[in-house]
Amino acid sequence: MFMIFGIPGPLLFGQLLLGLINGAFYAMLSLGLAVIFGMLNIINFAHGALFMMGAFVSWMLLTYVGIGYFPSLILAPLIVGIFGLLLEKTIISRLYKLDHLYGLLLTFGLALVIEGLFRNAYGSSGMPYRIPSVLQGATNLGFMYMPNYRGWVVLVAVVVCLATWAIIEKTSLGATLRAATENAPLVQAFGVDVPRLITLTYAGGVALAAFAGVLAAPIYSVNPNMGTNFINTVFAVVVIGGMGSIMGSIVTGFALGVIEGLTKVFYPQASATVVFLVMVIVLLTRPRGLFGKAA
Amino acid sequence: MRLSRRALLAASTVAVAAQPALRARAQAAQTIRIGCLTDMSGPYKDLAGPGAVAAANQAVEEFGAAGKGLKVEVLVADHLNKPDVGTTIARQWFDRDGVDVLVEVANSGVALAVAGVAKEKNKVYLNSGAATSDLTAAACNANTIHWAYDTYMLAKSTGGAMVKAGGDSWFFVTADYAFGKALQRDTTSFVTAENGKVVGSVTYPFPGTSDFSSYLLQAQSSGAKVLGLANAGTDTINTIKQAKEFGLKMQLAGLLLFITDVHSLGLDVAQGIALTDSFYWDMNDRARAFSNRFSPRAGGARPTMVQAGVYSSTLHYLKTVMDMGPAEARKDGAATVARMKAIPTDDDCFGPGSIRIDGRKIHPSYLWEVKTPAESKGAWDYYKPVATTPADQAFRPLDKGGCPLVKA
Repeated sequence: MFMIFGIPGPLLFGQLLLGLINGAFYAMLSLGLAVIFGMLNIINFAHGALFMMGAFVSWMLLTYVGIGYFPSLILAPLIVGIFGLLLEKTIISRLYKLDHLYGLLLTFGLALVIEGLFRNAYGSSGMPYRIPSVLQGATNLGFMYMPNYRGWVVLVAVVVCLATWAIIEKTSLGATLRAATENAPLVQAFGVDVPRLITLTYAGGVALAAFAGVLAAPIYSVNPNMGTNFINTVFAVVVIGGMGSIMGSIVTGFALGVIEGLTKVFYPQASATVVFLVMVIVLLTRPRGLFGKAA
Repeated sequence: MRLSRRALLAASTVAVAAQPALRARAQAAQTIRIGCLTDMSGPYKDLAGPGAVAAANQAVEEFGAAGKGLKVEVLVADHLNKPDVGTTIARQWFDRDGVDVLVEVANSGVALAVAGVAKEKNKVYLNSGAATSDLTAAACNANTIHWAYDTYMLAKSTGGAMVKAGGDSWFFVTADYAFGKALQRDTTSFVTAENGKVVGSVTYPFPGTSDFSSYLLQAQSSGAKVLGLANAGTDTINTIKQAKEFGLKMQLAGLLLFITDVHSLGLDVAQGIALTDSFYWDMNDRARAFSNRFSPRAGGARPTMVQAGVYSSTLHYLKTVMDMGPAEARKDGAATVARMKAIPTDDDCFGPGSIRIDGRKIHPSYLWEVKTPAESKGAWDYYKPVATTPADQAFRPLDKGGCPLVKA
């Protein structure tokens, strides 16, 4: 067996792959945050709670209605997206004229309320959600035993991230969106319904979080607190990538997953901290983030 | 009419002096107040929380307090897993609300803090939820009893028995705080005492870790036979789920696993895991009878050993209060605890038992294995017995803890 820095090679490759898998979740969550921040200028602290809702809705669909995993991948984001749409219409839209801080406080409060309601109704130990039968089992890659479901998560995450990037950067809808962020009154003068565009953007970002939640349900316990574990790291990812940068958040998400994975081999106690260490270094050297545009 | 200054002064003195008299009369009505301080909203909500409150109420009703001329009230508060919140509530309860006894308190940090308050105010504290065996060691006091289980009991039963069964090499996944480290330390000592060895361990950040796959791969490549889970709650659930997902070929040892955790995992994931509990609802006729009375109060769930401990400790406390007379019991918490230690315990959950001078409640501990889905006859039918540690060997020997109450 060959060794790299005193660690057996196969173990190191395994960790790299695992890092990519976690990175897939970071990328999807930070992507939604970046989209929402880019278009609405709202720092959506409720993102973790909405991620949790995605997992819970898919659990509910299975338990109460008998709808399985694959339809849930579409239905749960749709349902949570509609919930996000209502949130934006009724509450969040009132804050656009105020400072960022108000939006942050409001969404943080919303997150506490949503998580509290779920905890009250479903307890804190979580609900089991089985891996769909076609994706059960594992493949021996030689250097590690790779669960098929995790492979599927990485694949889906990459596709969804690239599709979102393409929609925003390469389509006319995306062009309108970006134009509305730059200069809303002018775009409105061209006859575009900007408030509706913003509402739909928020719903879209929320649906992305819910989608990640459905993907996470079979891996982690479907638990009211599952979002809080992710949300701090994901915010760091967004900051490192550059607030509002779509590609930045995707690349940073995957990269930080890998860095975290490697830390877990060399010094596990620091694995929760290493992301923030990177954040400090990036903020000191490139205050706008790795992919942020200059002012 | 002219009032002299002296008359005014005298009148106010009388008014002030009358207040304690009034208070004393209110106490003469003999209401015993039980404060159930627990986790109503956090990670331990299911294993303690509302179920613990239900267990305390059940004990009060089944004791038949009303029929014996004793009025008993159960108060509830959420300590939010924060020692400062816990001690503030405890002080308020003791000083303002006339609470006589604290029960439950899941979370070792909060438990150690609250034990100090109970001693300071000379009240009674009956812990069931917290794990740390320090409560009956250096941190013991004359007002505290540790009821259901502790880290020493878990380590001895699970660690010792699994080595004897052939699991002689261990790898630990440990939560990076006092509880996780204590559990790993205690278990290690039993593993090595049985000529087993610990080939590695990984200490992960707590709280905030939800992905354990990296640690599981490290455990796998260590070649150890047993994976010791020195963590609790959601962390343990996630570790077990992911061990199954990655096809880990190691025997899992849940060093602190509750039946509510197994319920959440589901048997197809949890099957085969070894764990230690001092109470299982289906372990004998009396436990079954208790559980059948408990379940309707807890939305159909079966009781955990923590909830059983709350029932058992509340019941024994009320027996002691009747024995001493409520007025005497309310006056002196340490005297009440001393009396509780003198009277043998007996209830449906733990059967006959006793309480040691250091505050350790003594009963057997049991090693269980989680059933396969085929073996299980239905919901909550989860455990099959593997081994029993008799009451006199289940806990740390009296002279090894360093509790100042134990005279050499």
